[in-house]
Amino acid sequence: MPGTAQPKPETAPVTAIELAGVNKWYGTFHVLKNINLSVRAGEKVVICGPSGSGKSTVVRCINRLEEHQKGIIRVDGIELTNDPQSVAAIRSEVGMVFQQFNLFPHLTVLENLTLGPIKARGISKSEAEAKAMHYLERVHIPDQARKRPSQLSGGQQQRVAIARSLCMEPKVLLFDEPTSALDPEMISEVLDVMAELAQEGMTMVVVTHEMGFARKVADQMVFMDAGEIVEQGPPEEFFGSPRSPRCQKFLSQILQH
Amino acid sequence: MRKTLIFLLPLLALTGCSSSSTWGWYVINPMTPSGWVNVKFLISGMGDTILISVIAAAISIGLGLIVALPGLAKSRGWRMVNRIYVEFIRSIPLLPMLFWVFFGLPIIFREMGMNVPIDPFWGAIITLALSDSAFTAEIYRAGIQSIAKGQTEAAQTIGLNYLQTMRYVILPQAIRRILPPLANQFIYIVKMSAFASVIGMQELTRRANELVVSEYRPLEIYTLLILEYLVLVLIISAGVRWLERRMGSDERG
Repeated sequence: MPGTAQPKPETAPVTAIELAGVNKWYGTFHVLKNINLSVRAGEKVVICGPSGSGKSTVVRCINRLEEHQKGIIRVDGIELTNDPQSVAAIRSEVGMVFQQFNLFPHLTVLENLTLGPIKARGISKSEAEAKAMHYLERVHIPDQARKRPSQLSGGQQQRVAIARSLCMEPKVLLFDEPTSALDPEMISEVLDVMAELAQEGMTMVVVTHEMGFARKVADQMVFMDAGEIVEQGPPEEFFGSPRSPRCQKFLSQILQH
Repeated sequence: MRKTLIFLLPLLALTGCSSSSTWGWYVINPMTPSGWVNVKFLISGMGDTILISVIAAAISIGLGLIVALPGLAKSRGWRMVNRIYVEFIRSIPLLPMLFWVFFGLPIIFREMGMNVPIDPFWGAIITLALSDSAFTAEIYRAGIQSIAKGQTEAAQTIGLNYLQTMRYVILPQAIRRILPPLANQFIYIVKMSAFASVIGMQELTRRANELVVSEYRPLEIYTLLILEYLVLVLIISAGVRWLERRMGSDERG
């Protein structure tokens, strides 16, 4: 397969994503401080923390929307380097859902879904459309295929965005605050779809403030503050008895309402 | 109506004095046989004016995009290439550039061992296209930069490379913002094509000059010349507005 930087190991690695000693600076501002995180295949990791804590930056480093300056990031055994081939190889394994959906407004829903498979993967239009319809059904909006994104509600747009990344059949899905731009009544339809994906065994890294979702879905909780991982653990422990005062404070603020 | 006349009177009196002691509109009166011959002679330059402008605009639209892309690159070196080109070309007045291309460029070609004659037609086109490309490049750059960064990021995450991202995601959206100012630039080219007259291109202005030499009626002939450009530009403006309406209505759809 062209675009694969390194030969894949014989057996699929148990570790889907590995971050070791990852550091990042914006100029002199130290955004990520020595991040160590390991995500097993099939695992769901929820990252939370106050705004500006670097949680989005972590997720954006994993598929090279942001560049890290120090440390190692590996996805599915492939190390992320400056080599464009490694970037392409990792992006083909990693899907991403954005806070602002980032659908292509000049294309129909169906065209949004088939663009990547047709142009980047080179599969036929009919095959791509069949696949697109399959994933639209999975996010429960097959009837909107011919519409433009602007004709859909926010929740529907975000579900289209999820379907768009699924069409690339990624091994890992990253979610960067997927419900933060949504009206309250639309949040649950998106979270439901995400929970279904989780149940089907997708590896997910989710940046979110939706603690109900986290409690239900997460295998591992990560709390970040000021560019570092402050607390990390299974949800029962994390919500039941957070150790660090910063995490306790954050949780008490966010769970009050 | 009377107000307009009173306003125009001194103007007409002044211009009437400057050319000769009497009016001579008969030279371009299409009702008389000799006047009609003159009018036909003047209008016959329209074809070349339009042809030069259209070809120059087409080249400038392609060249502008090629120049704009390095201006959007992350690397400072590429951006520098764009800046130098735009600043350099933009600072050259059209007439000196025309002389340089028409009289100078063939010498460069000859020194390089190539026999590439540059006739007035292509000399004018090359000059107009070069001069305009600095402006179209800036129009492209602004248009592309106006598309939200999230669009590029989304395209990257579904595996599109740089050229695919431009071709399928960014340019189709940017074109709605780029086309109206680009079409506007076309008006600039049409007007500047008048300079082609000085290197002997038989377009509108050259025809007018030649007729003035034989008829000695500058006021009447140049008035008609101005009206010819006015009609041409009004037609293009109408086209631009039509385009803007069409593009605008598509913006949300």
